[in-house]
Amino acid sequence: MRYSGFKVIKEALTGHKGWKPAWRDPEPQAHYDIVIIGGGGHGLATAHYLTKVFDQKKVAVIEKGWIGGGNVGRNTTIIRSNYLLDGNEPFYEFSLKLWEGLEQDLNYNAMVSQRGIMNLIHSDAQRDAFIRRGNAMMLNGADAEYLDLPAIKKEYPFLNFDDARFPIKGGLAQRRGGTVRHDAVAWGYARSADSRGVDIIQNCEVTGFKIEDGKCLGVETSKGFIGANRVGCAVAGSSGRLMSKAGMRLPIESHVLQAFVSEGLKPVLPGVITFGAGHFYVSQSDKGGLVFGGDIDGYNSYAQRGNLPVVEDVCEGGMAIMPMIGRARLLRMWGGIMDMSMDGSPIIDRTHIDGLYFNGGWCYGGFKATPASGFAFAHLLARDAPHETATAYRFNRFETGHMIDEKGMGNQPNLH
Amino acid sequence: MIINHPLLGPRDSAEFVYLGDAAMIDRPNPETASPQDWHDYAYLRENPAGEHRELWFHEGGDRSWLVITRNTLTHEISKVEIARDVARKMGRSK
Amino acid sequence: MTQKNRLSGGQIDRDTTLKFTFDGKEYEGHKGDTLASALLANNVRLMGRSFKYHRPRGPLTAGSEEPNAIVELRGGARQEPNTRATTAELFNGLMAKSQNRWPSLAFDAMAINDRFSNFLTAGFYYKTFMWPAAFWEKLYEPIIRKAAGLGSLSMKEDPDAYDKGFRHCDLLIIGAGPSGLMAALTAGRAGKEVILADEDFRMGGRLNSETLGIDNLAAADWAAQAVAELSTMNNVRLMPRTTVIGAFDHGIYGAVERISDHLHTPDAGKPRQILWRIYAPKTILCAGATERPIAFDNNDRPGIMLASAIRSYANRWAATPAQRIAVFTNNDDGHKTASDLHAKGIKIAAVVDTRPDAPLAENYEVLRGAQVIDSKGRLGLTFAEVKLADGTMRTLECGALGVSGGWNPNVHLTCHQRGRPAWNEALAAFVPGDTLPPGMTVAGAANGDMSTHGALTTGAAAARKALGLKGKAAKTPDAEDAPVTQTPFWYVEGCSRAWLDQQNDVTVKDVKLSHQEGFRSVEHLKRYTTLGMATDQGKTSNMGGLAIMAELAGKAIPEVGTTIFRPPYTPTAIGVMAGRMKGMEFHPTRLTPSHFWAKERGAVFVEVGNWLRAQWFPIEGETHWRESVDREVTATRNSVGVCDCTTLGKIDVQGTDAAAFLNKVYCNGFAKLAVGKTRYGLMLREDGIAMDDGTAGRLAEDHFVVTTTTANAAKVYQHLEFLRQCLFPDMDVQLISTTEAWAQYAVAGPNSRKLLQKIVDPEFDISNDAFPFMACGNITVCGGLRARLFRISFSGELAFEIAVPSRYGDALMRQLMKEGEEFDVTPYGTEALGVMRIEKGHAAGNELNGTTTANNLGMGRMVSKAKDSIGSKLSERPGLNEADALKQVGIKPLDPSKKITAGGHLMNADGPVDAKHDQGYVTSAAFSPSLDSMIGLGFLKNGAERLGEKMRLVSPVTDLTVEVEIVSAHFIDPEGERVRA
Repeated sequence: MRYSGFKVIKEALTGHKGWKPAWRDPEPQAHYDIVIIGGGGHGLATAHYLTKVFDQKKVAVIEKGWIGGGNVGRNTTIIRSNYLLDGNEPFYEFSLKLWEGLEQDLNYNAMVSQRGIMNLIHSDAQRDAFIRRGNAMMLNGADAEYLDLPAIKKEYPFLNFDDARFPIKGGLAQRRGGTVRHDAVAWGYARSADSRGVDIIQNCEVTGFKIEDGKCLGVETSKGFIGANRVGCAVAGSSGRLMSKAGMRLPIESHVLQAFVSEGLKPVLPGVITFGAGHFYVSQSDKGGLVFGGDIDGYNSYAQRGNLPVVEDVCEGGMAIMPMIGRARLLRMWGGIMDMSMDGSPIIDRTHIDGLYFNGGWCYGGFKATPASGFAFAHLLARDAPHETATAYRFNRFETGHMIDEKGMGNQPNLH
Repeated sequence: MIINHPLLGPRDSAEFVYLGDAAMIDRPNPETASPQDWHDYAYLRENPAGEHRELWFHEGGDRSWLVITRNTLTHEISKVEIARDVARKMGRSK
Repeated sequence: MTQKNRLSGGQIDRDTTLKFTFDGKEYEGHKGDTLASALLANNVRLMGRSFKYHRPRGPLTAGSEEPNAIVELRGGARQEPNTRATTAELFNGLMAKSQNRWPSLAFDAMAINDRFSNFLTAGFYYKTFMWPAAFWEKLYEPIIRKAAGLGSLSMKEDPDAYDKGFRHCDLLIIGAGPSGLMAALTAGRAGKEVILADEDFRMGGRLNSETLGIDNLAAADWAAQAVAELSTMNNVRLMPRTTVIGAFDHGIYGAVERISDHLHTPDAGKPRQILWRIYAPKTILCAGATERPIAFDNNDRPGIMLASAIRSYANRWAATPAQRIAVFTNNDDGHKTASDLHAKGIKIAAVVDTRPDAPLAENYEVLRGAQVIDSKGRLGLTFAEVKLADGTMRTLECGALGVSGGWNPNVHLTCHQRGRPAWNEALAAFVPGDTLPPGMTVAGAANGDMSTHGALTTGAAAARKALGLKGKAAKTPDAEDAPVTQTPFWYVEGCSRAWLDQQNDVTVKDVKLSHQEGFRSVEHLKRYTTLGMATDQGKTSNMGGLAIMAELAGKAIPEVGTTIFRPPYTPTAIGVMAGRMKGMEFHPTRLTPSHFWAKERGAVFVEVGNWLRAQWFPIEGETHWRESVDREVTATRNSVGVCDCTTLGKIDVQGTDAAAFLNKVYCNGFAKLAVGKTRYGLMLREDGIAMDDGTAGRLAEDHFVVTTTTANAAKVYQHLEFLRQCLFPDMDVQLISTTEAWAQYAVAGPNSRKLLQKIVDPEFDISNDAFPFMACGNITVCGGLRARLFRISFSGELAFEIAVPSRYGDALMRQLMKEGEEFDVTPYGTEALGVMRIEKGHAAGNELNGTTTANNLGMGRMVSKAKDSIGSKLSERPGLNEADALKQVGIKPLDPSKKITAGGHLMNADGPVDAKHDQGYVTSAAFSPSLDSMIGLGFLKNGAERLGEKMRLVSPVTDLTVEVEIVSAHFIDPEGERVRA
């Protein structure tokens, strides 16, 4: 069923009887060519591209809960490709390009809204680093724009310019950055994948892998054994728990990141703003809520909730940079599991077990990567070779010394 | 969170800085370790969903490193030890 | 009498009349009123508009769960959007405006949406606005965004202050209704430290709204008496106007106390609100329950309210939404509203009870087995359409309708640590589950004990149990103990535009459609329809949605489950979460001992982490910072300059194993460093990347002084303690951070020795022979003041760093200036420091950026293979030692008048300019007055072999391309003659 304005009108006039489920609710088959574990954004996107671009026919996505229930349903919705390093920038730029065509690709309005992202600069060293980054972005074909103080003042007159502990000195903008309606991304990919024959099996938990002679033959699940030629794991914050079932230790720690939304307000923010001297970034949703966040809490956690010190730290950053939000009210805060990798960059790679593939370690940046992650993982699963933008995301980079460390924090995940 | 410091009693966790898995105490022997040992030490983590032994530094206090046993699902802290004692028990010396 | 709907009695102070305005119109109310109760008393029911369809809205509730009556309170910079009229305490001069309407509340043009509601169903926007592709951002989204949002911000800085505080107690009691008061009395009388917090300004909870009695007192009087007794106890802290917003780990609760929100402006020196972190080993949650509505068509008109809310307005606030009121209920509680209203002289149109066996009443008609199925009235209720038991219809004329669908325990805080509530079949409601936050128990209605007697009993028992109180329990006061059972009745069959979430306009029809489209998990339902995502977080709407979901799926409600309860319990001002940490107080400001001297000299300061450092010292006639910096550099290179480098991290390392320890810390060797000598040290992280650099001077066999960069001082100290305590626990070595203990100054330039000789006490020979380059030692200056002297140079000149105890820093600086007059001594700031270190080719923070290795820095050979040090093994990985690895180089524009920029990338002289052909980047750049040209440092692939090569420096983001030459990073004095002079 195609969605369109005409369809909406027609259904409205005929009692909305024609709307069908956005995806089926199938029972698992005995065997698939490819089984993807994880019905989050990345897993569902992988299924979409496997069937749409890589011509795969027998694909299943298995999800222990409900689709879209992980980080794709619990993030601050930002998309951008403002990375510094060559291992990252082409990948995220590829992702941004996929975002730009997503609605038409999926026939689903995920509200990709390129209202821009602005990284504020507060020191000379930060300016040097951001200019280097802006140049790296442009040399990789992405857009970047350096703004001096008068330009920032003109565009963001409500920021704190007069009474700032760390005065704003400029900013690096990416106009093509922005936000996306996050749940709709999962639903759009799911609906598209389902329409191409992918079985999306919810409430089906993987309890183990069937591995014989170094080859993965399928997965044991709460709905029985499901055979597969290839198994791809894209389970974000559950990676540690899942891969331990295959006997693997990962270069990953799971941490909690909190995020926040305010009550609905009339539009005040043009795009995404990040405060370079504090731990605060913010955008405003189409419904009017200020969506904001800051640092991870900093300790290993699977609890999906955080603590007050970081809540306060984030709000302090907010008040420091835009003191007009003091009387806006924080409506809800939540916590997600961030799989923080050892260099702050993800892994999309084969494992040492034949037929078992891994996609994870997205730190707090997985949402914006969703389309490219799905595409690159689909490429890897279908062709057994990494996609050209994801060649650096290998397990062995820590052995060889080819880390992709944007922040320069080394092997301490909570600092990335 | 509240960390019950063995010497100082209950302290707010905001006084502490977190490092990570207490396995970092177990630095490979530079005489004998292979590159793989060094890689595994520096980069691989158990990352359990459950009890986790981990290193916290009392930066806003007595500057001691502690090994804290904390459940990563509930945040319950079941044990707090002085890291130096743990290190010695693990056979570390000079 | 302007307050047409003001009744007799109540807990308002009729002697204090307060004037206020709503949408510019003046009204009067009384002390003790809320904005909502005062408006109702003035016969105003219409207080807002809904989010999507802009339907007229009046208050649904009388508390913090209110979805509808939300207004913009106050004006100017204090404008406060989305304020619940139902909790806003009335004060004289209160100003409120309705929001999300245009041009007026009574006539809202956006109400046109309601006409098109059939097109604007749940999730319609996911299915359209996709064509043409470019129109989403340009056309559709701007229209949607303009229409979205509720209240508006003033866009001005919040003028009020906020504060934070910490409180400790034996027992925290959340909620001061019957169970909370009983718990507090029990614990308080036992002498325990108790905090009793309640979100309301008047403690008592439902007792203030009910006409029942306790111990022969009216309920509200009993509550007042209990509060009076508690307020005499020094061990009990009463915190009214305090919302416990969240239950965090290990018994830490966040609570927001509204100090000044009931005042026109805060009293002088008082904050608006305070965020308390309450440390409570034991907590009793006595948060009561929230009444739930019943969904029927057009159940959202102003005047249709929860029955208990109408009762509260009548009994507590002596206000009524109308003079003729009907009740729609499925339980006995609705009848209480009818009888209380009747007693206040309100005409009861009828009590419509869904139960065929509903109790009858003497004073008004009870329609058994009947249901309200629709309502009428454009801006407020005029008629309720009732379907009687026999299927016939009857129209009730009424200005308000009290709806009661039973009560839901307020379990929210029990779930803040991811516990799930449990289903109670008798109550047809969720009650607290097994997994509560550690230390928490629940009492009263929050735990499903719905009767007053039950609340009092369980409150007392919970306190005794929590505190382990022994001895005989005091007698529970007498109170009603009617058994409460609730038979679910969620919605009227066949209804369609029946509102569940009144603020977000989610109807029964939307829930059904979302189910039809496969959104069948409760989280999908919430996200697809936006049910429960409004400012009330679904406190009155979620259960109805769940019930319908369950029915459609053929499941029981507990199988469907609930969404996750998250903090805060009610929306909380962002300002109070930040407290005082805003503006200049955002972070602490660290000043060096000679800061005020520098200020006197007119220094311009720059933030370096939390430090403020002098950036340059302009003198009269200088109009551009470059003039000052160039002068400072030239003066230093020609004579002598002084720079405050106190902010560098300083760590004292002492013990018999100090040298062995530093041998582990630094990649280069320290074991053989002679006493009285200093050495440059490069510290690696264990992953082999450069972490920090600095010097270590050996003052004695067992005593080193280590310096770190300003930025990494804390991190390096932490790292060293890790090595000492965790990796090498038996080394005899002690560390102490002495950054704050010593004020340190670089004295640099050809005349630096001469200047120092004037202050160093004569018994210390600092001649080149006695105190050569890299010497260090304890000395005294100015006649006996102990000091440390290091002959080290960041500038590349003959230079010293001299440290004195912090309290003498200011005096030393003044003395240096005085004694240096004959040399035209020049203070220099961080800019000149930066210029000179670039001229000399010294790496700093821009080069030690966390990804560079010793090899990149041209110090690969420093990494000793003869010993184990942190990072030495992993630095050997092939990826860090490739043939064309980046190497630090110097960069000069071919045309000295051209600008070069840090952050620019290096490209070959010919060929494409793109990432694939990237050769390196510029890390630091400055104008060198010594070379009369801009110069830079950078990293270049295989750079050491490419000196003399012509390249292009490109910086597209600043629109710059410059031809440059790759040169040695040591622009001046490459042989190091000056430092050894």
